[in-house]
Amino acid sequence: MSDAQAPKAVAGPLNFLDDRLGSTNFFQRNVKKVFPDHWSFMLGEIALYSFIVLLLTGTFLTLWFHPSMEEVVYNGSYTKLKGVQMSDAYNSALHITFDVRGGLLMRQIHHWAAILFMSSILAHMLRIFFTGAYRKPRELNWLIGINMFILGMLEGLFGYSLPDDLLSGTGLRITQGVAESIPLVGTYVYMFLFGGEFPAGDHGDLIPRLYSLHILLIPGVILGLVTAHMMIMWHQKHTAMPSKNQSNEQVYGYPFYPVFMAKTGAYFLFTFGVLALLGAFAQINPIWQFGPYDPGAISSGSQPDWYMGVLEGALRMMPGQGTEWVIAGHTISMNVLIPALVPLGIVFGGAMAWPFIEQWVTGDRRRHDINDRPRNAPVRTGIGMAAVTFYGVLWLAGANDVLADKFHVSLFATTWFFRFAVFILPVLAYIITKRFCLGLQRKDADVIGHGVEAGIIVMAPDGGFSEKHEPAKEEERIKILSKENARPEAPATDANGIPAPSQKGPMGHLRSRLQRAATFDDIPIEEHGEEHGHGDDHAVGSGSGPKQLGH
Amino acid sequence: MSDNNHTAGSDEPREDGGAGRVVGTPSPAEERTLLARDEDGSPARAGAGAELDEKAAKNAERVVATFFLLAFAASVAFIAYYIGWSGRNGGMHGIHRARESNLWLGGTLAFALLALAVGVTIWVRRLMTSKPIIQERHEMASSAETRAAFEADFLEGAEDSGITKRPLLRRTLLLAAAPLGLAPLVLLRDLGPLPEKRLRHTFWGDAVKKAKAEGKKGVRLVVDGTNAPLKVSDFNSPGGMITVLPEGIEESARPANEIAKAVTILINVPAEQFKPVKGRENWHVNGVVAYSKICTHVGCPAALYEQTTHHILCPCHQSTFDATDGAKVVFGPAHRPLPQLPLSVEDGYLIATDDFPEPIGPSFWERG
Repeated sequence: MSDAQAPKAVAGPLNFLDDRLGSTNFFQRNVKKVFPDHWSFMLGEIALYSFIVLLLTGTFLTLWFHPSMEEVVYNGSYTKLKGVQMSDAYNSALHITFDVRGGLLMRQIHHWAAILFMSSILAHMLRIFFTGAYRKPRELNWLIGINMFILGMLEGLFGYSLPDDLLSGTGLRITQGVAESIPLVGTYVYMFLFGGEFPAGDHGDLIPRLYSLHILLIPGVILGLVTAHMMIMWHQKHTAMPSKNQSNEQVYGYPFYPVFMAKTGAYFLFTFGVLALLGAFAQINPIWQFGPYDPGAISSGSQPDWYMGVLEGALRMMPGQGTEWVIAGHTISMNVLIPALVPLGIVFGGAMAWPFIEQWVTGDRRRHDINDRPRNAPVRTGIGMAAVTFYGVLWLAGANDVLADKFHVSLFATTWFFRFAVFILPVLAYIITKRFCLGLQRKDADVIGHGVEAGIIVMAPDGGFSEKHEPAKEEERIKILSKENARPEAPATDANGIPAPSQKGPMGHLRSRLQRAATFDDIPIEEHGEEHGHGDDHAVGSGSGPKQLGH
Repeated sequence: MSDNNHTAGSDEPREDGGAGRVVGTPSPAEERTLLARDEDGSPARAGAGAELDEKAAKNAERVVATFFLLAFAASVAFIAYYIGWSGRNGGMHGIHRARESNLWLGGTLAFALLALAVGVTIWVRRLMTSKPIIQERHEMASSAETRAAFEADFLEGAEDSGITKRPLLRRTLLLAAAPLGLAPLVLLRDLGPLPEKRLRHTFWGDAVKKAKAEGKKGVRLVVDGTNAPLKVSDFNSPGGMITVLPEGIEESARPANEIAKAVTILINVPAEQFKPVKGRENWHVNGVVAYSKICTHVGCPAALYEQTTHHILCPCHQSTFDATDGAKVVFGPAHRPLPQLPLSVEDGYLIATDDFPEPIGPSFWERG
């Protein structure tokens, strides 16, 4: 752009690389990459940065942690456990906590970062879902994201199992029970995972195995997926919220260098800083209080980390009567299999299939770079809220003992409540959310059709008062008009009675019925006398002039 | 780059339709002026985006620099504490010093990171003069010609390689690949032993067999933790529950694995409420019964006992068993009762006369 010369310290390495890699082509293409702005776009960044914090703190912890089930006698500086027999894993975790300076801090930051990682992924996924940002061409990143969340659950489970304290052993015991319930191969899965019987197997292999999965295999896979996720996002360009200057043809915002780079750098520092604050002042997983793992002992109020709570809740609310069958000498334990597989199967399987189901039902296979406002897709938003409610009920059920204790209700009553709630509340959530969305659409239609109240009262010649309505502000109108009204479907048969290709056969009928069910109550929002479209530059006040309405 | 530098910071989405303001009602004056002057030259509001007022910028620069200095001070404090103070009197040692060091190290680290973050944020918002720009979005898909050309090249390559017209080559290649793909799976065989009958018996069986070989009636119960044998007279108050193990389990080859299966709860049920299971009328000693502690749901220790209702409760998923009635399930996700251990008395000590009659713990496919 100008003749300004880069300082030698920059130009030198750049030219060195460029001579060998042609890298300046890439830099030039991307240095001003535009990133559209919206507060909700930072949720995924939190996940990315807590992952980096996890890698940093985790590496620190590996320097002292011994992944070993060898029995040792504690002789460290925590006096209450002196002389107690424990595994070397627990011993070294205590050593990190009490004898390595900064060890407790790194342990606590690591645990908090894991919790934040999973929370921010979930929040990010909800944002993506409710704004329709997963739509073509971004389905692949949606699938990658869901898989990262699932891997994060496993990674977390294995991670908090490593210190071999009483609580972590309980999690593994449940893992064993669930593994055993798998039909046909369950006992083999159990034996092969634990290297023999719970907990130590024949050679104390369990913790070394979990360790290699936790520090190498799963983080390696997640790192690969994160890289793919970022590269795809970079290549496809970020979606934008509907507003002026944003469209399927262009993206508007601040350039990557220097603005976005500095902002996101600051964001990393904020994330790390908040995690350090939590690590310093909020105690988490005080393993020294739980004591070493003892297969015969347990503490009441055992709670896993939050992201496992949904499985815990499903296991708790499942009735045991009539759900275990013995068929031809073989036991099928539906009281374990159903809660372990079905709820998360519905949530994750449904989430993975959703973009493709939606495409099939709506027939919309276009590229979408502008996000939907949740109200403009009432069925999607309703289903999303039903899923949130379903997940939330299961998650709360995982803490029913704590709830019963805090609210002084009978434990069994909470279980019965959740058994019904898990079916009823999601349906209610769907209905209520859809009504909300349609109500908001109606309000939007009103703003476009009649304008907004100006706060100016006008007296008519006959003495009647009315409030003046003015057209909405341009930015609001663009936002509201970003809604795509439901288009009437092509008739099922043409003039000669030949069925339309998309409506042929039972699947075609189903598709067409689903589409009608999803769009029949759509509230069209359009300006009169002007073609609507988003991203165009509308002149304020064009089309619908100010109107006066009597009240 | 085809960036036609456009509007200034007037239309950041977050600034519009903000909370508390009815859509479209008269907006704050500032926003008004921004709307009116849509083209260019609007003053920097969200920081980046235009000419700076040099005085305000100087001020902002000083604020940012202050934060950076604070971050510097906090990082220095972090290092100074670590080197100079955390290691005093020969190292950290113990919970108090660990907590103290955690507060200092964590506090200074957090302060340094957050001060730096705040500084950079103010820098971006108050001092950077970049303007929002517009870039084009493109179809992801390649052009039809590219697709067609690639298809042609792909087919040509396949043709040239001969794989399409030489089926013997193709099929033997697939044949060779299949077992090679299985090989790594075969290698995983030694991950663990086969289940065999491991899940069907516990250390109680071994111990009873050994005791009977020595001419005794059964194996003594020892209290978990102390490993002291238990006399009938030691456990005669109704309502009590303790955890017991077979004598000698600590000396077994893998005590943790054996304890994980053999751990048993002993409950003294009041005689008038006790309903022995048919066929197990002599498995208790004056109302003292023994059940496996391993929950039949997914294997947590069912460790809670409610004296008034005689319910055994598993704290993991709240399976509830009735101690007076053969530990049958009264609530929760478990399906089967806790297995019962046959008890008797020998020389005044409580003994077990046999293993559990069925596999303990969670259900599994081969259980039957």
